[in-house]
Amino acid sequence: MNNILVSARSLTKTYQNITALNNINLEIGSGKIVGLLGPNGSGKTTFIKLLCGLLQPTSGMLMVDGKSIGTHTKSVISYLPDRMFIADWFKACDLMEFFSDFYSDFDKNKAMEMMSALGIAPNDKIKTMSKGTKEKIQLAMIMSRQAKLYLLDEPIAGVDPAARDFILNTILTNYNEDGTVIISTHLISDIERVLDEAIFLQNGNIVRYDTVDNIREQEGKSVDQLFREIFAYGMQ
Amino acid sequence: MAWDFTNDRPIWLQLAEHLTLQIISGQYQSGSALPSVRALAAEVGVNPNTVQRAMSELESEGLIETRRTAGRIVTEDMQLISQMRDKFAKERINEFINAMKALGYTENDIKNLINNWRENHE
Repeated sequence: MNNILVSARSLTKTYQNITALNNINLEIGSGKIVGLLGPNGSGKTTFIKLLCGLLQPTSGMLMVDGKSIGTHTKSVISYLPDRMFIADWFKACDLMEFFSDFYSDFDKNKAMEMMSALGIAPNDKIKTMSKGTKEKIQLAMIMSRQAKLYLLDEPIAGVDPAARDFILNTILTNYNEDGTVIISTHLISDIERVLDEAIFLQNGNIVRYDTVDNIREQEGKSVDQLFREIFAYGMQ
Repeated sequence: MAWDFTNDRPIWLQLAEHLTLQIISGQYQSGSALPSVRALAAEVGVNPNTVQRAMSELESEGLIETRRTAGRIVTEDMQLISQMRDKFAKERINEFINAMKALGYTENDIKNLINNWRENHE
């Protein structure tokens, strides 16, 4: 269970003169649900995109499943971007074909089950779906893969509380037991109870990386309350 | 799904207490099977590792046992269950007495109040 799945050493990413990630060192084990927490612009999405190989680090080292970012790591990562990635003219069934063509670890039966739980028929067009349904269908696709690392960038940002419950439940019941899920969000109170560990990012630095249990035991407060303290505006 | 948890303590600890209550109050009967870790995690809406930790805690207290074929079951040791229930009852009484004392009642006052309460409720 405690194999290292993700390791970063002196990982730095700068965009021209802006430092998005500053000398990050961390190791994330497998079989965990990890929250990547921080205010807007703290480097959450940058870190996730580096893991996916969508961005190249400026310096430092990043490994997933013992390999540098490349073909192997891409095959074991299931990534949910922070915006819509499905073509509008797709039908639900096209989407499933698309995923089974691209990913050998895609479990079509699981995807079908989730679709029917969402009340989506195979012939429904993506175009006619609400924003919340689109987010849910994307997550269903992502979680139907038997991946080692699931990267979910703001999966609950744009949906109502009931849909949030559905999404969290989908994550809880569908992630691969040896897999790790990294969820980036600033809506902490909603996801706190599903997390094993929390990584706090601030201006590209890790200000705290601990288990949720430790945080509650040591601080006597929830991760959400700690977050509000660390990132309080206009107070010293 | 979604039980309520307080913010100041680890969730696994609150979950363990909740399960203990369900066992000593007979909601989970002695000898009956408990739901699987994953099923309970989904029902409660928490991380499976949290449920695992709560279960391990109850296991070390002897309240639940792992059977190779049947999964986890509630202990058949009725004495242990009743001891645990007495312990919980004592804690509740302590809380009550302390709360009453904080309101300024003496132990005698409290006795009288309880006797009055019994007369009114019979």
